[in-house]
Amino acid sequence: MLKGEGMTKQKYDTSLVDELIEGEWPSFIADLKQLGERKPQVEQLLGQMNQSYKDLWNYWQGTVLNVDGYGGGVIARYSELSDEYPDIAQFHTIRIIPPSGWVYSTETLRELCDIWDKHGAGIIQLHGMTGDILLLGTDNKSTYEAAEDLMEHGWDLGGSGGALRTLSCCVGEARCEMACFDTIDLTTHLTNTFISQLHRPEFPYKYKFKLSGCANDCSCSMQRSDMPIIGTWRGPMQIDQEEVAKFVQENGSDYVVENVITRCPTDCIQLKDNQIIVDDDNCVRCMHCINVMHKALKPGKDRGATILLGGKRTLKIGDTMSSVLVPFIKLETEADYKKLTDLVERIWDFWGENGMDHERVGEFINRIGLAAFLEGIGLEPDPQMIKHPTTSPYIKFEELSAPKIDGEPVHDPAIRNEEVESVESV
Amino acid sequence: MAFEVNGVTYETDEDGYLANIDQWNEDAAKWLAEDEGVDMSESHWEVVNFLREYYEEYRIAPMIRILTKAIGKKLGKEKGNTKYLYELYPGGPAKQACKIAGLPKPTGCV
Repeated sequence: MLKGEGMTKQKYDTSLVDELIEGEWPSFIADLKQLGERKPQVEQLLGQMNQSYKDLWNYWQGTVLNVDGYGGGVIARYSELSDEYPDIAQFHTIRIIPPSGWVYSTETLRELCDIWDKHGAGIIQLHGMTGDILLLGTDNKSTYEAAEDLMEHGWDLGGSGGALRTLSCCVGEARCEMACFDTIDLTTHLTNTFISQLHRPEFPYKYKFKLSGCANDCSCSMQRSDMPIIGTWRGPMQIDQEEVAKFVQENGSDYVVENVITRCPTDCIQLKDNQIIVDDDNCVRCMHCINVMHKALKPGKDRGATILLGGKRTLKIGDTMSSVLVPFIKLETEADYKKLTDLVERIWDFWGENGMDHERVGEFINRIGLAAFLEGIGLEPDPQMIKHPTTSPYIKFEELSAPKIDGEPVHDPAIRNEEVESVESV
Repeated sequence: MAFEVNGVTYETDEDGYLANIDQWNEDAAKWLAEDEGVDMSESHWEVVNFLREYYEEYRIAPMIRILTKAIGKKLGKEKGNTKYLYELYPGGPAKQACKIAGLPKPTGCV
């Protein structure tokens, strides 16, 4: 059916949302209208949406709804216009943990569609911002029935509220040659290890993991998770000079200089006599050169991941990206996994004990300072944790501070005894 | 909405939480528990009483961690976790136990 064509007569005004059908791209409004022909709640959903556009007001009212034994997984919404739109008086969303890496068989998808067509409005979002499968549009009673049906088919509810949220990862080693660790395996491992924290909220606020196999960060972990785990490697990257020569021959050296050499953020790559030379000590593993010359260049052989911490959207403080917590960790054996989960538990303990209500871990670190946080979780400071050098010239070093009037004796630190170097020659 | 126990009328909001928190008493708690399908044992009362005490002092519901720690201290470490609380209150300590204790409705997902 063509967009917007063949609609039966409408009960509700949808003139404003209809604008979204226009244009070249597929429109969810067109899809919802089609669905609305057999699902009255979807028709009314569009009606209320149009009303919201007109009045510039959101008519959803949040509430709490739990499936027995679960503290989250259902995003419950009441409509404030239930007199006009009775079938969306309750219009909840169920979050479902997707398979790690988001790989499905068509049979699984059909099964999921059938379950949701039976219990809900038939709207499925693959995937929400959280990485969950979102099943939209159900009332109180159907929520329980749907949850039961879903669990019988092997699905489980995802996280919501002050809990560990559903994990998400890139497809990793399953289909990508860039991956530096098995993202799918680790995601499944973390989900199973921390399933209690996922189902039963116990944190000051949400905690998200996202796993990416390399710095291309296909799971957008840097911006969208509290604890990104991003694949990287130690030592030299792999270079196949024959493939380099072929690439230069095919594309010309100008192309290589313009698109690879000059784009290196740390200027650590050179092209000499149709060969690539990399200063690996200064390489920041950004993946750009590897992406462009993917046959010739590859991540190094000693692979692992960097663990970062503190990414979030605006809440108590503005948007933050995560910063480095553990520069490099191997993620191959069970002992490696144990090291990671132990660290995570120490973070949860310290943050849970000292964090304020609705305070993300990044905001918590911002409030108490990284030094105090590292001491709290028992991790040694490392130069790689520094985001950038300080920009304020007013630094107070304890050993350089003015002598105290009474109390400790004053002693000159070594640095003061050194002669000041002449600046004239510069 | 409202319900009546022993001749006293208790106003509630649309989800059944007590409208007037100071009106709470054991009769109301028992009625609310029955309405939730919770059979109140001594362990159940321990949670409810802790919630009441905490609320009277701080005028907010405790964070879940404070609740689990307090229960763990009182009843032993193996009970100081969310799993134990959900066994008592399958609907969740925040939603169900707070409702029976007469505390205000917890806020939603965000």
